[in-house]
Amino acid sequence: MEDRMEDRSDAARREEIPDELQARRETIFMIPAAPAIWAAHFLASYITAAIWCAKVAGRTGALDGARWLVAGYTGVALLAIAIVGIWGFRHHSYGDATVPHDFDTPADRHRFLGFSTLLLAALSFVAVLFVGMVVVFTETCR
Amino acid sequence: MSGRDKLLDWARTRPGESVQEAQERRLAKAWETPTGWRYWSAVNNTEVGLWYTVCAFLFFLFAGVLALIMRAQLAVPDNDLVTADQYNQLFTLHGSAMMFLFGVPSFEAFSILVLPQMLGARDLPFPRLSAFGFWCFLIGGVFVCGSIYFDAAPKGGWFMYPPLATEYQDGYGNDIWLLGLSFIEIASIAAAVELIVGALKTRPPGMRINLMPLYAWYVLVVAGMILFAFPPLIAGDLLFEMQRAFDWPFFDPDRGGDPLLWQHLFWIFGHPEVYIIFLPAIALVATMIPAFAQRPLVGYSWVVLAAVGTGFISFGLWVHHMYTTGLPNVSLGFFSAASVSVAIPTGVQLFCFIATMLVGRATGNVPMLWVSGAFAVFVLGGLTGVMVALAPFDFQAHDTYFVVAHLHYVLVGGVVFPILGAIHYFYPLVGGRSLSPRLGKIAFWLAFVGFNLAFWPMHISGLRGMPRRVFTYEPGMGLELLNLVSTIGAFTLATGLAVFLWDVIRPKGRQPVSARNPWNAGSLEWATKIPPPPWGARTIPAVSSRYPLWQQENFVADYDAGRFYLPDAEEVKRETIITTVIDARPIQCLRVPGPAWLTMIAAGFAGGFFILGTFELYALAITCGALATATILAWLWTGTAVEPEKEEKDIGLGVTVPLYASGPASVGWWAMFITMIGDMAAFAGIVFGYYFFWTVHPEFPPPGSRGPGWEWPTIALAILVLAWAVTMGAQKAIRGGRERLGIALLAACLVLGPVGVAALAAGPWLTGMDPTAHAYPATVWVLVLWTGIHLAIGFVAHAYCLARALAGRLTARRDIDIRNTTLYWHFMFATVLVTVATIGGFPLVS
Repeated sequence: MEDRMEDRSDAARREEIPDELQARRETIFMIPAAPAIWAAHFLASYITAAIWCAKVAGRTGALDGARWLVAGYTGVALLAIAIVGIWGFRHHSYGDATVPHDFDTPADRHRFLGFSTLLLAALSFVAVLFVGMVVVFTETCR
Repeated sequence: MSGRDKLLDWARTRPGESVQEAQERRLAKAWETPTGWRYWSAVNNTEVGLWYTVCAFLFFLFAGVLALIMRAQLAVPDNDLVTADQYNQLFTLHGSAMMFLFGVPSFEAFSILVLPQMLGARDLPFPRLSAFGFWCFLIGGVFVCGSIYFDAAPKGGWFMYPPLATEYQDGYGNDIWLLGLSFIEIASIAAAVELIVGALKTRPPGMRINLMPLYAWYVLVVAGMILFAFPPLIAGDLLFEMQRAFDWPFFDPDRGGDPLLWQHLFWIFGHPEVYIIFLPAIALVATMIPAFAQRPLVGYSWVVLAAVGTGFISFGLWVHHMYTTGLPNVSLGFFSAASVSVAIPTGVQLFCFIATMLVGRATGNVPMLWVSGAFAVFVLGGLTGVMVALAPFDFQAHDTYFVVAHLHYVLVGGVVFPILGAIHYFYPLVGGRSLSPRLGKIAFWLAFVGFNLAFWPMHISGLRGMPRRVFTYEPGMGLELLNLVSTIGAFTLATGLAVFLWDVIRPKGRQPVSARNPWNAGSLEWATKIPPPPWGARTIPAVSSRYPLWQQENFVADYDAGRFYLPDAEEVKRETIITTVIDARPIQCLRVPGPAWLTMIAAGFAGGFFILGTFELYALAITCGALATATILAWLWTGTAVEPEKEEKDIGLGVTVPLYASGPASVGWWAMFITMIGDMAAFAGIVFGYYFFWTVHPEFPPPGSRGPGWEWPTIALAILVLAWAVTMGAQKAIRGGRERLGIALLAACLVLGPVGVAALAAGPWLTGMDPTAHAYPATVWVLVLWTGIHLAIGFVAHAYCLARALAGRLTARRDIDIRNTTLYWHFMFATVLVTVATIGGFPLVS
């Protein structure tokens, strides 16, 4: 505990508080952005397939168009999540401090928001891929 | 301290009393717990949180006893200890009580109790709302559980599937379930709103979002999930009760309804529910593990990722409870994919915990035992969870004891064991004395061995084909020994819990008071003296680290000496600090209300509304509803938006903040916003019903159906949009100091609202839509009903603002009432627009 305390004060001394971060209004909404994209993709895929099978192809029909639509949603969602992830990475790598981003400075708060956004983007990316893969293997509405 | 301050302190100090003693005397006076029978009027988080926790635990024991009766019945084949009907009541009440009366409330109860301590706050922002929620919970819980003593308990299973629960089960049991639990769900949502605002706005100055305790992150995520998960169930309950009480055929296929609609609405709630009760327990683990390992948790951001990620993905799992309902395989695929991906964040947090224990100096103690046992059991449950997430396996295991085994491994390992560990861990903080390590170890090992003995064999009995929810089985199918072992295990588990219970309730008068911070934890809640004084935080600390007790020099000494914010209660009023969401800069000194009977009375009348409604005593029920509304209005009038005696207050350390705030700077505005998000989720559930019927019918609206037409809905839309615009105009006028114009505009709103509702109802009414004839008119009517009830609440809000303005309490500087009303009306605009577009617009394009 003792050595950790010294670490903190050392680092706190090193860290110059950047004015532009002090002034900037940060938003918490980038943290849920990537999983929200996952949710939108998930719902869009589910609703598209459900309506396709109920109204277009019938319960034993082919998925054709719905597969392409879901593939399209997947591409758009992955791209959007990647953009969010890059935004997070840039925040995370601001300056030269490393994790765990637990100092009482605007810079560390800034990095923390970025790092959490990045991690959630990674998880959401994988989760969207999982959902998208369903239409690779499923061909009909059965 | 300036010379002036010293002089002031001296003036307020009695002869022979130090400044600190004088401060503590005033704090004690402000936060005094009422005594005698008035004790029950307390609203402070330390009292309400404790009652709430104790009640949730009592319901847990009650539901556990029901389980023991079931296990006794199943001990041997062809047993006749209970009848089939009694058995149905037993398992329905066991599941419902564990989920609704223990799982969710124990999180809310415990969070109300300890979250303020963890944030160094004196109380949550709405203590009376917490108290109201508690009394609702108690009344609803006793009502639902008590029904079994009259042989009238619900018996449709904890998910109450139609048509079984609508067509084949007469009597009041299922109505008790629907109305009693809807009532409790409202209390749950109230607590969720309280906790979200608490975690976002009552953090101590300096506790930036990257320094927030992980427990608070979980509180945010879980309360957010409650906000989106419970409302669809409330919507479903509404449809269900309309069918049972008034024969509106939402789930009756003969008249265009569909039982699957209920399954969707139930499981959109029901699956997140599992995570709603699991994540808080994990939050307790994340709080305790750093204390055991004597170092900060490894991977703080990763745990945040896990909490937020699980929160989202858990909403994409609901259909995995419906794999065998005949949905297209592609839909099953989507839900299977999500069900598998939720294992990733769950695994991440477990690895963070294990890593923390590995790199730290893990100490062996009783809470640690419970946590280790929880990991072992939960991981096994998680693995069988991945098995049943795969549709082909689930087709085989569905509705067998394999699923019973899986869900108990997840819930007992993931929830019950961590909670028992946490009770042991936090007991000194609440009760002032420690639990016995010896009894704790005995309780743990009995419970751990008993649990595995009870539930492990169920995997096998399930794979051998034993179905769930049957009251007996025949000999000769290879199930006798497995069931006997399960029963022995269940009673062993119960013995362990009995030992635990004895440890909790045994008299501890001769035992010394626990040492301060007995676990040498680093988090803020352990800064308090033991036994804890009634005011919670001695002073609201300035925080600059994740573990202030470890990482901030001289913290406890400064804390005891009151060297941070608000060390005093000069005006002998209950106060806490409101800070900004991201950086926790202080922006307001919030006066929180003290003891009141109004909350209990309001809960009593609200309970009367639901309970009398169950027995179809509608006149009495409506009277109770009106009295509940009147009580709540009295509570609002006397206890909210109180005029402070001065504009600003010096909260110490050279910071001066206002005593009054409105709009987004105020906690009331946030609470309204968050509540309305939940309200929108319920509305979405009903709208979902309309479009769901469209997908299951070849044509919807069905051919030949009349009404409601587009004309009346459009007129209603025009009038209600006008009401919304006039509300905004009234706000602008009042804030601009033109109070008489504001009053006139509010009076106009009182006319526009009801006229708009009448126009909205005119469509289905004049076209003769009969809600009992078919699901289509029923769905149109329920949308109109929903919107109408909300506009009625909007009417009351307008009338309240008008009265406040006439009484001179709503002015340009004291505008919180009109700003919250306007915010409510923004959501009314969305509700009306969607309702009109659906009932009036959709038939034109479909």
